[in-house]
Amino acid sequence: MSHDITHDEIAHDHHDHDHKPKGFVKRWLMTTNHKDIGTLYLIFAFAMFIFGGAMAMVIRLELFQPGLQFVEPDFFNQMTTMHALIMVFGAVMPAFVGLANWMIPMMIGAPDMALPRMNNWSFWILPFAFAILSSTLFMDGGAPAGGWTMYPPLVLQGGHNVAYLVFAVHLMGISSIMGAINVIATIMNMRAPNVGYLNMPLFVWTWLITAFLLIAVMPVLAGAVTMLLTDRYFDTSFFNAAGGGDPVLFQHIFWFFGHPEVYIMILPAFGVISEIIPTFARKPLFGYVSMVYATAAIAFLSFIVWAHHMFSVGMPLGAELYFMYATMMIAVPTGVKVFNWVATMWKGSMTFETPMLFSLAFVILFTIGGFSGVMMALAPVDLQYHDTYFIVAHFHYVLVTGAVFAIIAGAYYWLPKWSGHMYNERLGKIHFWWSTISVNVLFFPQHFLGLAGMPRRIPDYSTQFAEFNMWSSIGGFAFGLAQVFFIYIVWKTVRGGEKATAEVWEGAKGLEWTVPSPAPYHTFEDFGPVDLDKMAHGKTH
Amino acid sequence: MQRELGTRKVVRTSLVVVVAMVGFVGLMIPLYDIICDITGLNGKTGVVATEDVTNQTADHTITVQFDGTVNSDLPWAFKPKQFSMEVIPGKLYATEYIAQNVADVAVTGQAVPSVAPGQASLYFSKTECFCFTEQLLQPGEEKNMPVTFIVSSDIPKDIEVLTLSYTFFNKNKMTAEQAANNTNHDNI
Repeated sequence: MSHDITHDEIAHDHHDHDHKPKGFVKRWLMTTNHKDIGTLYLIFAFAMFIFGGAMAMVIRLELFQPGLQFVEPDFFNQMTTMHALIMVFGAVMPAFVGLANWMIPMMIGAPDMALPRMNNWSFWILPFAFAILSSTLFMDGGAPAGGWTMYPPLVLQGGHNVAYLVFAVHLMGISSIMGAINVIATIMNMRAPNVGYLNMPLFVWTWLITAFLLIAVMPVLAGAVTMLLTDRYFDTSFFNAAGGGDPVLFQHIFWFFGHPEVYIMILPAFGVISEIIPTFARKPLFGYVSMVYATAAIAFLSFIVWAHHMFSVGMPLGAELYFMYATMMIAVPTGVKVFNWVATMWKGSMTFETPMLFSLAFVILFTIGGFSGVMMALAPVDLQYHDTYFIVAHFHYVLVTGAVFAIIAGAYYWLPKWSGHMYNERLGKIHFWWSTISVNVLFFPQHFLGLAGMPRRIPDYSTQFAEFNMWSSIGGFAFGLAQVFFIYIVWKTVRGGEKATAEVWEGAKGLEWTVPSPAPYHTFEDFGPVDLDKMAHGKTH
Repeated sequence: MQRELGTRKVVRTSLVVVVAMVGFVGLMIPLYDIICDITGLNGKTGVVATEDVTNQTADHTITVQFDGTVNSDLPWAFKPKQFSMEVIPGKLYATEYIAQNVADVAVTGQAVPSVAPGQASLYFSKTECFCFTEQLLQPGEEKNMPVTFIVSSDIPKDIEVLTLSYTFFNKNKMTAEQAANNTNHDNI
């Protein structure tokens, strides 16, 4: 790769000898290149993150003061519902699929994903799915407003948006399943000949397990929403008590999907963090094999704990006890991971570049979210927390300072490899401190609001909650602005900046650091063996 | 070639898993009903039992509470005549609910019973109930709705209170809605 680059050259002139398809349509719409598709996924996810974030701003604006100031209660409920659907299915999941597309082939020495054409398809379904979902905002009756959990009978009472919601969810499910099959096929068949399963980086491992979760539970969600559709339009009574059905059944089916789903959103984050911390601690990951087993254990447990979301629906005592103990068991493999990250840092020669800062914040703040999770696992006290802001605080700690922080950390970590330029470290650090302080101002007071009894999904509240809500809103606006700043940092890095070396980070292990920066359009084309010494876990067998 | 075969195998196996999981959702419907029958999970009351009336009675009493609600689609007033009674398990008892149609059109309603705690529903049977059939009320008509029930003498001692609850649904509305589902909007 003999690049002849000057900084002011525009991007597409760089890689003519890479045989990139010419023209916008051929390059982006019809691409089968894993790097291009990864980029598309990441851009799409970020656009959805801003879209869903804008809805969060509407929510925080309305909650800035008690009373109704800016939006109607029904529109507020549309915002909470759409914010969740867009962030879960449009931002976090596609962002991880984008990282998987970019990194997995490069991490295992594969030339591309196993099924490149399906890869293109699974991405290009997504804009259509979200166009269908978002179109309901402009319709008579508005967007779905019954919560992202789509509980009947409420979700069926909101007009015809339920049909759009169901078909959008179907499309997202098809996209996720195709993406997951692709990841599994790539990891199982496309590894360089001398790369064994226990040589694979942890990001690849966590994605393999995530992909299994996806193909197991996305069909369950599709089935559940299909039954909602037939209940609404075709006279069935799956969830209709008047016709002999049971609305609680929907909750069981939904959470049988929903609990593995939350691990779908966090396991790849564990993988990203497990790549970053060893690099900046300059030590191999502590307890690599135990990390793999812990990930598998979390995935298994995720299938048998679903009813802890439903402690208040009225279950037999035995069931409450079972789901309580099974849920608390998840803390064991998760604890293994957290202690392994800490042990990796122990006596390491640590430096604190932006990806490492976000990873450290992840370890601390995700653990706070984990602790409130253990609190909610206790069935007797969960009756107090149920449907309050305590729950909102919990899942935002694990999803924003968990999943989203891991994605941001990964973006800073691999951006030099993707773009060929170093980001501005000073701006990165400003972004980090701005985000971390504001996100805590945003979500930490919500714990107290929840414990004091403020219910979620309500546009108004009684006056004793006013101060904490105002703090939370101020934190929210600041955090939202910080992510606009992130766009600027990424934009600036892609356009130019200090040239990145192939290794990028001093002593970084992993095959992605053996190819030049920016990564050439085609890598590892020869299917040949790779240098195991360059891999973090290359010599384990 | 080897690689391509491997990929094909992965895709085939994955698709089988996807189809199997769709089947699993379908299976969950009957499975849930069976589990509820065994455990009383959803509080649905069991089959009508006339031959359950035996001479065997328990030596303690339990409190049975009565509760009645109407679904918001139904323009009726509906409540139990008596809010609770002390019963001896094994004996047959009768009570009544009162329903009145407050609309100016005739409306058909269907009551759906539920017993809490769910476990108690396994020991609760009705020999006669207004919920067995649809009920038609003329405009303004008021009607007494009788229930006769028996609590089995096998009921565990730790259940001291059980609640029988009815929700009345609008049968007309359901059929009308099913007939004309192409209306632009549903007024709830």
